[in-house]
Amino acid sequence: MTFSELPAIAEDTIRQAIAAGATDAECTISEGDEFSASVRMGELETLKEAGSRGAGLRVLIGKKMGASYTSDLSPEGIAQMVRSAVDLAGLTTDDPFAGLPDPDEFGKLTGDLQLFSDRTAELPTEERISLAKRAEAAALAVDPRISNSEGGSFDCSVGGRVFANSRGFSGSYRTSYCSITAVPVAMENGAMERDYWFTIARDYSTLESPELVGQKAAARALRRLGATKVDTQKVPIIFEPRISRSLLGDIFDAIDGRSIYRKASFLAGKLGEKVFSDKITVIDDGTIPGLFGTQPFDDEGVTTRRTPVIEKGVLKNYLLNTYTARKLGMKTTGNASRGITGNAGIGHGNFYLEAGTDSPEDILRSVQNGFYVTELLGSAVNTVTGDYSRGAAGMWIRDGELAFPVSEVTIASTLQEMLNNVAALGSDLEFRGSVSAPTIKIGEMTVAGR
Amino acid sequence: MSFSESFFAAKFGITRQNLENYLSEALGRGGDYADLYFEYLATSSISIDESIVKSATQGVSLGVGVRVLSGERTGYAYSDDLSPEKIKHAAQVAALIAAGPAKVDQTPLHDGQKRNLYPVLTAPSETAFVERVQLAQRADVAARAYDPRIFQVQVTYADNLRQVMVATSEGVLNFDRQPLARMSVFVLAREGDGVPQQGHSGGGGRYELDFFQNERTPEYFAKEAARQALVQLNAIEAPAGEQTVVLGPGWPGVLLHEAVGHGLEADFNRKGVSAFSGRIGQQVASPLCTVVDDGTIGGRRGSLNVDDEGNQTQRNVLIENGILRGYLQDNLSSRITGAAPTGSGRRESYEHIPMPRMTNTFMLAGESAPEDIIKSVSRGLYCANFAGGQVDITSGNFVFSASESYLIEDGKLTRPVRNATLVGNGPESMKYVSMVGNDLKLDEGVGVCGKEGQSVPVGVGIPTVRIDRMTVGGTA
Repeated sequence: MTFSELPAIAEDTIRQAIAAGATDAECTISEGDEFSASVRMGELETLKEAGSRGAGLRVLIGKKMGASYTSDLSPEGIAQMVRSAVDLAGLTTDDPFAGLPDPDEFGKLTGDLQLFSDRTAELPTEERISLAKRAEAAALAVDPRISNSEGGSFDCSVGGRVFANSRGFSGSYRTSYCSITAVPVAMENGAMERDYWFTIARDYSTLESPELVGQKAAARALRRLGATKVDTQKVPIIFEPRISRSLLGDIFDAIDGRSIYRKASFLAGKLGEKVFSDKITVIDDGTIPGLFGTQPFDDEGVTTRRTPVIEKGVLKNYLLNTYTARKLGMKTTGNASRGITGNAGIGHGNFYLEAGTDSPEDILRSVQNGFYVTELLGSAVNTVTGDYSRGAAGMWIRDGELAFPVSEVTIASTLQEMLNNVAALGSDLEFRGSVSAPTIKIGEMTVAGR
Repeated sequence: MSFSESFFAAKFGITRQNLENYLSEALGRGGDYADLYFEYLATSSISIDESIVKSATQGVSLGVGVRVLSGERTGYAYSDDLSPEKIKHAAQVAALIAAGPAKVDQTPLHDGQKRNLYPVLTAPSETAFVERVQLAQRADVAARAYDPRIFQVQVTYADNLRQVMVATSEGVLNFDRQPLARMSVFVLAREGDGVPQQGHSGGGGRYELDFFQNERTPEYFAKEAARQALVQLNAIEAPAGEQTVVLGPGWPGVLLHEAVGHGLEADFNRKGVSAFSGRIGQQVASPLCTVVDDGTIGGRRGSLNVDDEGNQTQRNVLIENGILRGYLQDNLSSRITGAAPTGSGRRESYEHIPMPRMTNTFMLAGESAPEDIIKSVSRGLYCANFAGGQVDITSGNFVFSASESYLIEDGKLTRPVRNATLVGNGPESMKYVSMVGNDLKLDEGVGVCGKEGQSVPVGVGIPTVRIDRMTVGGTA
């Protein structure tokens, strides 16, 4: 069974569901081939290679929903999945807002979105292993204190997704990605610190060099050596881009349509209001070719798009699927996201904080005494209230320079205060994965240590 | 049960001869060891939101993973199709990790030892779906009835039944039927137009559905979630800085999971990248601390008859009176280091390579009365519940977030506190344990542990414990 045969299976599944009594149905099929090679201390450690696929069905009988999935795409497997979903729909309760998108919402982006590259799958195994080895070797070569390693790895995957529904939508697309990662361990005076760096791309020819990955990872691990706690105090905080991304993740949770209709977000009911500093502009854009948050249609068959979420601090839009849009009396923003089955949740496209004008060096120089955060641990961010408290590690800033490494501390505030108190925003926005943000300086947070 | 009556033999007609053939295919290129992991997983889930059954899902997935070890190298492939050609192909792909002629004489397969830690005749996923929907609905009703300030209730009920079979080139043949069920209740409470606060509760295990009728009812979980949310309505900001912390019994055992457990997994230690590497026999905790990982407790979420490499699970002492005693092993680490197996090889599914993992991790009871422990603290923080945690195993630094905590003032619990994060260093923090309660309690059965992208169900437990020094991250 090849990928091109899967749309017909999805469409046939829909027909069977309707024949079995469903009034509407949606079928998703996904498939993927994965490969990973990892090396450690110069030796091949693991090779993994395999492929799998699965199909999922969601049916509506009137306003009742049932869903099922299977990894067995044989006619018997599909028939069983259809029976199961239809049976379940008989057991759920009427939900007045349940249903497929409105007919005029269906659609796909056209043109080459550059989500798939043949070349990624064609790279020979020996070459893949070599990329992993080169990344690790480069890390180990940086400094004698990089004396151990959790290894280097090369991963790649090609996959495909098919979606069809009973209103006549049928679409499919293929994706690929590959990545190189290095995880060196630095040791000094009996203490150890580990860090990582990676590069990821749809097409392997656009990956960063494995040497660069290894060197960056090593530099990151080295600068953590000798980390200490600091005294409890309130100071300015700088998040490096890898860390400011997590703030975007918190903002996403707070504008996810599900949190909004349940009033489980500190941003619920604030549409049109100034909620953050006017430095903050957050965009969700699922249309940018080649990026990891791009797809031609969302997981309900609605065209993906660019949605301004926050413009100069003003909350402009929530991110919605069909269900949450109906709950809120709004229109879907094409952000439906699901695995292969069940009701669609909400996902983001390329979700990013627009770059500012300050260079990261200038931002650093602007701080006399503060904390440059390079790692966050734990997940104590409460997007219902905005309360923010996380474990952190990074570098202490003295007189505009990175002075010494810090660990075993927490940083705390609320998202409202943090994002209203943005003192500077970096010009260093870079798209890496589907959530991106530049360096950000927060006026003040509580650092808890000694 | 004999092999011929086992699930995969009966349902898919797999024979011993088939298994031996696949294993010899896997060793055809000179590997030292091979194993096969067959899995058939049936899952169900129900979610209720706004008193509406918004989602009801069922499904099955099945497949087989083939692993070949060659020295320290691992080759892995899997198939979601159990036809002989596909399994043979997966075995050939995994075999490529080795290069050379076949060299290992395969041991004929013999059935492993049998015991049953979860004698469940009818698994929850084999009951009528409507019964499970009704259980979830009861939780919704109970949470709303608890207090008018509760304004949002979400209930999730999920169960699965996993059939597994492991066959190895060392002759191990083991199969297991692993039921698992869990109910979770999440609520929001609000005073007038004030800021909403959340409460969460849940539990389950490897039991029959009547566990939720008799042992832990939907009403029990609903009340607990509602109570926690209401407590938060009056909570003040957490204090910041180093303080004395008292952990309540049960789920706060997640501290052990993060501070100690992960750092004692043999893969990290074999590679020398854990803060606990090379420290067996050393004092890594106060002499009051004895920590075990026990996969053999009947019905518990983290328990297994056999691990995912076919080894019987056992009770492993990790720390005894503060002295580090041992690591959690998988087959690969055992083979390389010569350590005895501990039955700790686990994986998320047939698509995943097994790793050393925890099962149920807890601290044994001590001698102090819990009320005496609280009385002993003039000023500090009492943590009754946690949301979860994370550890950097190399530096040993860990973090966890308190979802319900209170100030201790002059030996008494006073104001509830919100937004408290605790940070510490694994081998250091445990040295500050100065009192251990006589009230060991295991958690309700909700734990999910993530490691290198693989999630597995686990349990934790702890008695009331006083830790003299720990950094609390708050804003006050």
